[in-house]
Amino acid sequence: MRGKPIAMAAAMLGLLASAGSALAQKTSIQAIEEYREMLQDGNPADLFEAKGEDLWKQKRGPKNASLERCDLGKGPGVVKGAFVELPRWFADTGKVQDLESRLVTCMSTLQGIDPKAIINGDWGKGERANTTALATWIAAESKGMAFNLPQSHAQERIMYQVGKRLFYQRGGAHDFACASCHGEEGKRIRLQDLPDLRKKPGDGIGFAAWPAYRVSNGQMWSMQHRLNDCYRQQRFPEPTFASDVTVALGVFLGVNAKGDKSAAPTIKR
Amino acid sequence: MADPMRIRAQASGDKATVRVLMSHEMESGQRKDASGKLVPAWHIQDVTASLNGKPVFSCEWGPAVSKNPFLQFAIKGAKAGDKVSVTWKDNKGDSRTDEATVS
Repeated sequence: MRGKPIAMAAAMLGLLASAGSALAQKTSIQAIEEYREMLQDGNPADLFEAKGEDLWKQKRGPKNASLERCDLGKGPGVVKGAFVELPRWFADTGKVQDLESRLVTCMSTLQGIDPKAIINGDWGKGERANTTALATWIAAESKGMAFNLPQSHAQERIMYQVGKRLFYQRGGAHDFACASCHGEEGKRIRLQDLPDLRKKPGDGIGFAAWPAYRVSNGQMWSMQHRLNDCYRQQRFPEPTFASDVTVALGVFLGVNAKGDKSAAPTIKR
Repeated sequence: MADPMRIRAQASGDKATVRVLMSHEMESGQRKDASGKLVPAWHIQDVTASLNGKPVFSCEWGPAVSKNPFLQFAIKGAKAGDKVSVTWKDNKGDSRTDEATVS
């Protein structure tokens, strides 16, 4: 530091010092809670949110258009409240779509961006990274709102049933299912409590917590990325981006979370 | 060009607390890519802040600071309406300045 006397410096070191001395008297759960509390202020998801908002309004792609006419389920251009009602059935595509598969549709129809660039792309790169930033901003616009996925269309109810079966389907080298980790209360992997996703997990937990910024690797993760990595950890073949499998699981988790308030974008270990 | 910072500055009592989020890769120069080649260091080196144009804070950063870093500090004597400006420069010569009003 070569600051003038008027300046009082840097919080990062201070935080570590104060936490260290207090750790000994606390249970590990309390210490984890405290660590999470410290992360809350200054969630870098804010940066992705800003990028996403900009991408929504910017004229881009071969058709040089913005996404402001994109219909996320509540009419063209309506963003607020859209996140907590997705995935849902869309008449124009004749499919049940989650936020990201819907964004792929909008980016290709409105902007002329090749959907393959997103679907076959890499996490954190190019148009797929843009999709994640857009999802982060769109989710943030519904922060604090309660999930209320529609189940009025027959396809939506079918997708719920498909998602439920996928959730309990065991397979892969470890004979795992989603339910192996998320089908019981009070489980934990390292620092992360595992929500019981068979039922309503509570405000800001499980489906209501993503997109999230991962501190450990500095990456912004969307729900698609979360589901993909759950499958990878189970040693399943990784599902295709925005595929029906991921959407069906989204419907199952989202409908179960009915009434839970969205906390996205959140910050994770 | 680098993405914008998020700066919040809030006055309470005789000081203002400034919270800054910077968008930066902060590559340490220690990591290797998939082909085994060292990823060159790319990180912020200098951070400065000023209050109404007058320098109040400066520090030197190295490769140990995290990706998308968060910085918090307090400025004595700052009042609501004052302008706080923060600048970073990285080792590739890129820089970014953003400003916020104390609330």
